[in-house]
Amino acid sequence: MTINEIQDELIEEFAFFEDWMEKYEYIIQLGKELPLIDDKYKTEEYRIKGCQSQVWLRPDVEEGLVHFKADSDALITKGLVSLMVKVLTNHSPKEIAESELYFIDKIGLKEHLSPTRANGLLSMVKQMKLYAMALEARG
Amino acid sequence: MINDINKIREDFPILNQKVNNRPLIYLDNGATTQKPQSVINEITDYYTKINSNVHRGVHHLSQVATDAVEATRKKVQSFIHAKHEHEIIFTKGTTDSINLLAHSFGKAFVNREDEVIISQMEHHSNIVPWQLLCEEKGATLKVIPMTSSGELDMEAYAKLLTDKTKIVSVTYVSNALGTINPVKKMIDSAHAKDIPVFLDVAQAIQHIPIDVQELDVDFLAFSGHKMYGPTGIGVLYGKETLLNKMPPYQGGGDMIKEVKLEKSTFNDLPFKFEAGTPHIAGEAALGAAIDYLEALGLKEIQLYEDDLLAYANKSLKEIKGLKIYGTAAEKSSAISFLIEGLHPYDVGVILDKLGIAVRTGHHCAQPIMDYYEIPGTIRATFSFYNTKEEVDALVEGINRAVAMLK
Repeated sequence: MTINEIQDELIEEFAFFEDWMEKYEYIIQLGKELPLIDDKYKTEEYRIKGCQSQVWLRPDVEEGLVHFKADSDALITKGLVSLMVKVLTNHSPKEIAESELYFIDKIGLKEHLSPTRANGLLSMVKQMKLYAMALEARG
Repeated sequence: MINDINKIREDFPILNQKVNNRPLIYLDNGATTQKPQSVINEITDYYTKINSNVHRGVHHLSQVATDAVEATRKKVQSFIHAKHEHEIIFTKGTTDSINLLAHSFGKAFVNREDEVIISQMEHHSNIVPWQLLCEEKGATLKVIPMTSSGELDMEAYAKLLTDKTKIVSVTYVSNALGTINPVKKMIDSAHAKDIPVFLDVAQAIQHIPIDVQELDVDFLAFSGHKMYGPTGIGVLYGKETLLNKMPPYQGGGDMIKEVKLEKSTFNDLPFKFEAGTPHIAGEAALGAAIDYLEALGLKEIQLYEDDLLAYANKSLKEIKGLKIYGTAAEKSSAISFLIEGLHPYDVGVILDKLGIAVRTGHHCAQPIMDYYEIPGTIRATFSFYNTKEEVDALVEGINRAVAMLK
């Protein structure tokens, strides 16, 4: 599936939630699931510092496709991190670099990507794209 | 008098709105307070009827604008019981005031190997300007340690005061914990060694009556926006004798007597420290905020808020796994807490969805969080327009967040 197909699928999925409670319960559930990154990678090297919560991001390339592993110390941020990873992982650097993330806005969670939130999420998305762009530039 | 809380709430139009389809419960007053209609009107009136530059025009409007600014200066003087009105310097806010002080006092009085004392519970804005000064001058920053209850260690403080100490710069009320520090005692012990004291009263001015002459404090600063006035306006108070010995901070209009290309001479207090066109509307509206506070009465406000804080303290303690950070005997209008196993950000997000505004994070006081080895706290800060019903809603909101997150 392309990045946009995955985004559209998520938008459709979120449309079933009747209120914010259901939506957040789902995100929290995503956050509670198994650790998304091995504890040994939760180091300074992979840390994206947010004012409110921390995010760790570990990119990797395999057979020309970029894989992301990421995590957060806050559950809601972690749930959102896992959505971002779901959308952006396992694609070519070109596709990631050129992608436009519209699903967060469409599922009504835009405020979590606001710079004033300082939860590390916006910086993570920037890092993911920068990583893909660097790979793309290297060819 | 605070007897009809609904009537008081009507003075604050913003409180009457819904957030996320729920009535707004605003418990982030430590970050900024809401504005009464009279303050909002003052700003509108200023730009509608008065707008003109101050201290330089002979024309009518310039005079009216100047009068409005100087009337507020008098109100501030009387509000904090300063001896002279020229001891009141308008700034952009507390941060700006402290930067002015650190820069100008530092230039005049702090030299290599001197010491500046702050405390572990300072807001970043009462840490960083002094760090910058100490780095520049080769001076040393000394820190009064904190105890686990969130109180300053007074024995350690007494030992830190030496003949190298040039100034003590501490907060009256901790923004992150709510601790009220024993500032009168601290000032007296510093003065016993001829050391001047600066008080950051950003979190005290709106809760506790302050008399600078009774405290005998040398410098003090606060922000308009935390005391029901507008943002972008603040005050630095300083004793005349000290201010006169300090060089200007910024150069520009209004702060000079005469400018020659070779050398300029500076204006008298307070204008020496007020370069450039000031925030005139903000200064006028700060006057309206002081009028509002004085009409209610700060002693009345203190009684009401202390009662509300005690109620919140008792109610929050009943929540299982909730731990309050900062358990000093004397506290003012703030409660910082965490819930076992939950990240403060998650709790803050759920509370926001319920229309409850609290602050989460380190509250610009990272050394406090480092002391407790926590990433941050959830902080509820109260005003006289908050009610016990709102505290109940906070408790209910926390319980709901716990149910969702555990």
